[in-house]
Amino acid sequence: MSIATPSPDLDDDDLDEPIPAMQQLLDNPFLLLFIGVAMPTVLYIIWGVMEIVGIPIAK
Amino acid sequence: MSAIQPPPDRIWWKQPLDRVEGTWIVIAFVWCMVLFFMMPYWHIYGKQNLSNEAYRTTPEMFSKKTQEVVDKYTVRTETELKIPVVHPPAGSDVYLIARLWQWWPMLELEEGKTYRLHLSSMDYLHGFSLQPENINIEVHPGYEHIVTVTPTKPGTYSIICNEYCGINHHTMASKLYVVKK
Amino acid sequence: MAINRNFRTCPTTGLVFHEQGEKLIRWNAVAGVVSLLVGGVLALLVILTRWPAVHLLPADWFYLALTAHGLDMLVFWIIFFEIAVLYFCASTLLRCRIAAPRWAWTGFFLMVIGALTNNVAVFRGDSSVMFTSYAPMGAHPAFYLGLILFAVGALIGLFVFLGTLVVAKSEKTYIGSLPLVTFGAVTACIIAVFTIASGAIILIPTFLWSLGLVNSIDSLMYKTVWWAFGHSSQQINVAAHVSIWYLIAAIVFGAKPMSEKVSRGAFLLYIFFLQLASAHHLLADPGLTSNWKIFNTSYAMYLAVLASMVHGLTVPGAIEVAQRQKGYNKGLFEWLRKAPWGNPVFSGMFISLIGFGFLGGISGVMMGTEQLNLIIHNTIYVPGHFHATVVVGTTLAFMSLTYFLIPVLFRRELMFPGLSKWQPYLFGLGMSGFAVFMMGAGTLGVPRRHWDMTFAGNPLGHEFPGAAYLMMGLMALSGLVAIVGGVAYLLITVGSVFFGKKIETPDFKAVTVREGRAAWPARQPVAVAIASHGNIGLGGFVAPGTFTLAMVFLVAFVLYYFVNWKYLSTVWPLS
Repeated sequence: MSIATPSPDLDDDDLDEPIPAMQQLLDNPFLLLFIGVAMPTVLYIIWGVMEIVGIPIAK
Repeated sequence: MSAIQPPPDRIWWKQPLDRVEGTWIVIAFVWCMVLFFMMPYWHIYGKQNLSNEAYRTTPEMFSKKTQEVVDKYTVRTETELKIPVVHPPAGSDVYLIARLWQWWPMLELEEGKTYRLHLSSMDYLHGFSLQPENINIEVHPGYEHIVTVTPTKPGTYSIICNEYCGINHHTMASKLYVVKK
Repeated sequence: MAINRNFRTCPTTGLVFHEQGEKLIRWNAVAGVVSLLVGGVLALLVILTRWPAVHLLPADWFYLALTAHGLDMLVFWIIFFEIAVLYFCASTLLRCRIAAPRWAWTGFFLMVIGALTNNVAVFRGDSSVMFTSYAPMGAHPAFYLGLILFAVGALIGLFVFLGTLVVAKSEKTYIGSLPLVTFGAVTACIIAVFTIASGAIILIPTFLWSLGLVNSIDSLMYKTVWWAFGHSSQQINVAAHVSIWYLIAAIVFGAKPMSEKVSRGAFLLYIFFLQLASAHHLLADPGLTSNWKIFNTSYAMYLAVLASMVHGLTVPGAIEVAQRQKGYNKGLFEWLRKAPWGNPVFSGMFISLIGFGFLGGISGVMMGTEQLNLIIHNTIYVPGHFHATVVVGTTLAFMSLTYFLIPVLFRRELMFPGLSKWQPYLFGLGMSGFAVFMMGAGTLGVPRRHWDMTFAGNPLGHEFPGAAYLMMGLMALSGLVAIVGGVAYLLITVGSVFFGKKIETPDFKAVTVREGRAAWPARQPVAVAIASHGNIGLGGFVAPGTFTLAMVFLVAFVLYYFVNWKYLSTVWPLS
């Protein structure tokens, strides 16, 4: 098994520079999966179901 | 490099934005805010907002209340099914039952007066669709939705069902009369 | 068991196909096209029934055909094809073996069994409950079971996709970030996971209810959770077809994204907010407050609309930049005039983009506005909107992609090349007309899912104005044009796959590849990259033509939006 080597014109500065946080987020499909499922689950389903459960009984 | 290959730069997040994109994002964002704030704006200044008033109910409870109003305010009956036409006092509570495949009773309202219209279904979902005004409200079984309406013009209106409710869905239609005081 | 590492390189495009991955892509695409065929026949029957002058089917058959049409198109055709697209984006674009091919096949067979079970339930005649199957209207248990099996199969496919990403990363078949198109596929996959989870939450209890094991299903609860499945499934399409737009721009023009940050940021907004829009379907319902409705229906302040408007600029913008760099740099629109309009891969994609934006996008925002929904809800405007998004947008994008895939994936030449040039126009323009006339009829109050707008023999029936009948007639005629386009598509694809001239590659043999082949591409100095943009375009804009189109879009959007508010202000006051 060979290991890919960075091409020579990548200088040290470039490799030392940390990846910005937003790019790290975008490069992490599983973190995105978590956020993408959690957001609508909380904001749409849970909030919506709580409102339905809280509907008062007619007099 | 293209969209089907990894970005050529290790750090692409810091690439400067193109002017076309930057300008468009600002314009589009402003428009999105207009789109958003129109809704709360209309709640405050607009006259057409769907009521949030709703209660949990049962078909029995709702039909009992409807029957009381029908007993008190029926002015005539129509068609061979003898559907009562109810003319309730201006400003009062009006009940409308949706059931397979009929709206019951028929309503006669006065122009310019405001009514509290109670909607509920006895069985499946139905769609209250007032024509030709084209006001459309979903009617659920087990929920009583109270909508405040103010008819503005006298005439004969139709209420049709526009939520599919089974094989005779297309026969579910009724009339709503608006009369001059 | 040994891992299959056999690959072949497509001699025309240089794309790399994994042996198992390629088979999976083919079979999923084929299953999708078969669903499209069934759904298309049903579409014809539905059109001919809703055309008042023809009124073909009896009521029970109409509701049956409409139910099956909705499911075969919105669920089976699109999700089969999407699984194929996901495998393509993961395996082919990352040059990686597909993870767990056995699981992928298990998922595929579950999807096939599910689709068949559901179709059998509908065609038996006791499950004409429409695509939405709103409880407490019940269908045969097999109806729900079929959907559940299909969903489980699709979920397995999604995890195979995610697994392939993991394999690609660990075997270093690429370096750095995912390609933009694959990132778009990740977006589609994430939305799909939420979709299927919501489907499970609501369909499993409904299935048990249909068996008599659960007492009752609350109609409002059902409708709310069901739409987290029903509408999100259509949001998968948005993410998928936007990815395909980028893919086709890259294939046909070698276009690169104007900026990775903007395009990926727009996909990120989809991941965060797109699925909230399921609330569009509950704006006319009791019991949910305006707070919930406004927040959710607006995708949290229209941030997903912003994302779509960004993609709507960056896709043609990337094409414009690529074309201008090739020398089509005159004036505002030379790049567009000189585009390959006779190539169905491009023309289909471009019609899809324009139709999705102008017709589907704008009408979607109208319906999704809390108050405007009152004058649109459940009228035939609604199917007008989603035929513009799902058919002109998604289906046409998928169709144009198949014209690319047939020679590449099936190694066959396209049959009827002359017809294929016309197919996107027939289908795209026919379907656009179909959608526009439906919206027109909906504005006049014509209900959707309705067998008889004449209310024949009903003393209480409503008499629609003549204009509504005119709209319905024009709708049917445009629909027939689209049907011709659909038939042409099926003829070309099925014909080519079975009878097309084989493309032979001399000395072809699959190559077994070990992992670890990626390397950083030769790097362009930043200065050159910026300078190369500098001498194209007008007035400091690299894509002035696209920007002009975007402004035309915005003006149309603003005008139509306020026309609708004006119309709303004339109806009876409600509070």
